[in-house]
Amino acid sequence: MAEVRLSGVTKRFGTTAAVDAMSMTIADGAFVVLLGPTGAGKTTTLRLIAGLEKPDTGDIFIAGRSVLAETPAQRNVAMVFQQYSLYPHLTVRENLAFPLKSPILNTRPQQIERRVGEVAEVLRISHKLDNKATALSGGEMQRVSIGRALVRKPQIFLMDEPLSSLDAKLRADLRVELKRIQSDLGSTLLYVTHDQIEAMTMATHVGVLDRGLLVQFGTPREIYENPSSIYVATRLGQPRINTLPADLFGPAPDGAATIGLRPEHIHEGEGRPASVVRVEHLGDQTRLHLDIAGHALVTLADPHTSLAPGDTVAVRPENPLYFDSNGLRIA
Amino acid sequence: MSGYSITEPSAGQKWFAGTLVAIYALVTLLPLAWIVATSFKSPADSIAYPPKVIFDPTVEGYVNLFTTRTRIPADQVDSLPPPANFAEQIVRDQGMMITGPSRYGARFLNSVIIGFGSTFLSIFLGTLAAYAFSRFRVPLKDDLMFFILSTRMMPPIAVAIPIFLMFRSLGLSDTHLGMILLYTAVNISLAVWLLKGFIDEIPREYEEAALIDGYTRFQAFYKVVLPQAATGIASTAIFCLIFAWNEYAFAVLLTSGVAQTAPPFIPTIIGVGGQDWPAVAAGATLFLIPVVVFTVLLRKHLLRGITFGAVRK
Repeated sequence: MAEVRLSGVTKRFGTTAAVDAMSMTIADGAFVVLLGPTGAGKTTTLRLIAGLEKPDTGDIFIAGRSVLAETPAQRNVAMVFQQYSLYPHLTVRENLAFPLKSPILNTRPQQIERRVGEVAEVLRISHKLDNKATALSGGEMQRVSIGRALVRKPQIFLMDEPLSSLDAKLRADLRVELKRIQSDLGSTLLYVTHDQIEAMTMATHVGVLDRGLLVQFGTPREIYENPSSIYVATRLGQPRINTLPADLFGPAPDGAATIGLRPEHIHEGEGRPASVVRVEHLGDQTRLHLDIAGHALVTLADPHTSLAPGDTVAVRPENPLYFDSNGLRIA
Repeated sequence: MSGYSITEPSAGQKWFAGTLVAIYALVTLLPLAWIVATSFKSPADSIAYPPKVIFDPTVEGYVNLFTTRTRIPADQVDSLPPPANFAEQIVRDQGMMITGPSRYGARFLNSVIIGFGSTFLSIFLGTLAAYAFSRFRVPLKDDLMFFILSTRMMPPIAVAIPIFLMFRSLGLSDTHLGMILLYTAVNISLAVWLLKGFIDEIPREYEEAALIDGYTRFQAFYKVVLPQAATGIASTAIFCLIFAWNEYAFAVLLTSGVAQTAPPFIPTIIGVGGQDWPAVAAGATLFLIPVVVFTVLLRKHLLRGITFGAVRK
């Protein structure tokens, strides 16, 4: 349970800055999700906080003290890796007990037994405790890997796409479970994901990274409703935000080059005519792929819509977002 | 898991491959079988022409291997006590008596000390060096790796004279330590290169996980890397041991007594009126056993890829 603060942290690999002058404060007990495409610096940020990488410049504070001189072990963080998570030569039980047996914690055997049992219970892997780590399915491995972070009650949890390899049902269950564990323990959690639902449902704050820069930091709703740029706007939303020439629907604010329309920003029934290209029935929603003056547009329709390819439907924007020619938000 | 299919070889192909393997096995095992057979022949049978494939087996060769003997002087024939055991009986039948143990046991022990000692040292140093080369930013890493390999670019015996002089100045001639150091020096380049390959294959995420789990770098190496490198260490150890165990030229040159290994000793076994071939063959047969046992013990490790399957794909 601690606050994490990054102050002007830069980390270069060769000539590219994986993390570029990043400053960010992660409040005690916050659940922060980092979003960004591959190579944006999400994993490097976690590794810097964990102590697996040393920053070229800048400082990192955990609970108010600079940790640059400390080893990963001394920082008391737990990390769930995206890959290669389990020690293959150990059983599940030994994997879970591994952090507790470390010279730093040096836990008593009865206590190890109890903690391992508790965590296995939570993650529903009790029946696999004596299996070799290699004899598990991908989902089970990842649960053990999360379990290895949970047994220790560290100051900070760092998780690098921990749920990405799990099937949808398990992912939904663990999402709820992780959120519950995090709020029960009151621990600070930094979480990397590509999954919008994970970001929106679990995070107290979302940080959006672009080529090593932290471009926006705020609550999930702020990021979704009030993005600072097209880049941020495209990180969240399913289907993605539509970006079209600003004047497609009539006069735009001065300097606007692009209009950004989330599916719910498109009002159907009046406005400019568009032709239906494709209709996707997803069950709970129906997606309409429209063509408007040669531009593709995706929006949602009533699940039971009778629209079919070739039909024409009129659309107009409602509370759209405007961006300048550099992609920055202006209205 | 990517889907792929393997076409089952046809019966003809299997038969052909099986025949090739059988022929190869026959060719390579025949000399070995001949040595083992010779070790159980009598001296007369061992040099019989045409060679005898069927013969009366005897352990005379083994008895001769482990003993020194002398012809019984005519005046003592009657005063000797009866033979105490079967070995003495065999020697008496030749008109000889046992005067003491031979030096084979001591030479064999030297081989064990030097062979296993240098293998242990090669693996110990090789693993640490390979780990450093694999994981750390070592200045001039590629050049150093090349330099290490370059020590094997000529036959080691090419530097025999400098080594001989060096050993004499340093007092290492005919010492166990000298031979262990020499074989380690020859083996270490092989060990570093092989082990670096194996350690490169172990994802560093495991160590990083251990570092975060509260372990030091060395503990992570010991508890996480080493068990996973066991397969590589086992196969490298076999290669190192086979070289050190069988090495002949340096052993002839640099050892004569105290530290002499079995390979230079075995051919010097002389019997009555010439080479005692059954004893030589017995020495060679026994000398094979430790390497065979070592290889069979570690075979399990050679075949088992313990890190496979732990990686989420």
